[in-house]
Amino acid sequence: MEKLSLYLGCITPNRYPGIEKATKLCLERLEIDYADLPGASCCPAPGVFRSFDKATWLALASRNIVISEEMERNVLTICNGCYGSLVDANNELKDDPALKKSTNAHLEKIGKTFKGTVDVRHIIELLYDEPGPEKIREMVTSPLDLRVALHYGCHLVKPSKERKLGSTEDPRFFDELVEATGAESVNYPDKMACCGAGGGVRSALLDKSLEMLEHKLSRIRDADVDCIVNACPFCHLQFDGGQVEIEEKRGTEYNIPVLHYSQLLGLAFGYLPEELGIDLNLVTNEDFLLKLKGDR
Amino acid sequence: MSPGSEWRITMNQSNKSNISDALKDAGIEILTCLQCGTCSGSCPSGRYTGMITRKIVRKARVGKDVLHDPDLWMCTTCYTCQERCPREIKITDAILAIRTIAVHDGIMLPEHRRVSQLVLEYGHAVPINDAVKEKREGLGMEALPETVHKYPDALADVQTLLESCGFDKLVAGAQ
Repeated sequence: MEKLSLYLGCITPNRYPGIEKATKLCLERLEIDYADLPGASCCPAPGVFRSFDKATWLALASRNIVISEEMERNVLTICNGCYGSLVDANNELKDDPALKKSTNAHLEKIGKTFKGTVDVRHIIELLYDEPGPEKIREMVTSPLDLRVALHYGCHLVKPSKERKLGSTEDPRFFDELVEATGAESVNYPDKMACCGAGGGVRSALLDKSLEMLEHKLSRIRDADVDCIVNACPFCHLQFDGGQVEIEEKRGTEYNIPVLHYSQLLGLAFGYLPEELGIDLNLVTNEDFLLKLKGDR
Repeated sequence: MSPGSEWRITMNQSNKSNISDALKDAGIEILTCLQCGTCSGSCPSGRYTGMITRKIVRKARVGKDVLHDPDLWMCTTCYTCQERCPREIKITDAILAIRTIAVHDGIMLPEHRRVSQLVLEYGHAVPINDAVKEKREGLGMEALPETVHKYPDALADVQTLLESCGFDKLVAGAQ
């Protein structure tokens, strides 16, 4: 099995540490060989920093990759945004000698060189490949009786020419991983629609960003689910924090719990919601936590 | 200074007569756009922000001032337009590339300058705070993660790179 370094990004360690803990617990249970990636920085965010200055985006992204190269480990991301930045930067630098040269001129100032010797993985496509949904289903000790609204998030599957993960309109691989936990992945309209956070829209145009989010939330509420599951801490932040902001600004209460896939899988491996930081979300839904405890 | 004259300065700086040539250099061809509107019809932002993707492409193509178009900043970069474009135009990539020209022309939203300052100061666009340190400890984790937050030398390296790229000056804005 391939050796990995766990790239944390910003939002996981600095806002939702439960996702970090759940990820490590799941990787250990699955006996995946991973190590911390010490000194990593912001990826930096693809729709934001990449659009401001490409040289800066490549310099910071490549530094994160180079730390992993030095450890001779592939980079494991648990965020669609980090995946977008690191996999795209890695591919561009591997494919374009001129770009590699100009980026290395910056890296030289900190004594580092991008070589292009490792790959960048996203935890969802990694788990789908190895061990795969069937093996995960066999390893599950506490099958979940949950109806889940799955949110793939944009940059996991798009742009498809770079990602090569199949359909962007109706993909199935992530659903299979959700269903491996025993949960039901419930179909709902606009399932593949954006959460509204990316591209700097959430940071600069919050009200508009929340309107996009509320469109999705209303679809999800109509689907009568127990929780939302994502594979991106930024989507997670938008769904979780955004529900609180929508209630404050617009008065609509949704109260739908939000889980990163590592937290869902952690539950199916028998860990308690408190061990996975599920109770640390901004949306507090006691009924959901009670239901999870009833399942134990 | 009128928006039009600023736009001409940009073109002078990039030594390109128009945006579509600058995009072409970046491997993005927009002249094949047939203005069908599939992009706008697919845009999750457009429904709420009024952003019209088709018009961004049109403006860039015919040489109208697109750099001051507020729609540029309403794109969440979801890539749906790019996936569905019947001409396979890299529309989202084009929007990102046009943003780059705008930012290098000094056109940037104040919130984006602030988030850039966070990266310059902390190496994270979303830095940690005391409440999250407590949450981490409550989970049995170290208060600081294995990132630049824990390693000052690593943060110094990130700041060296940002300075080397001129990012500090780029995002400083009018003081």
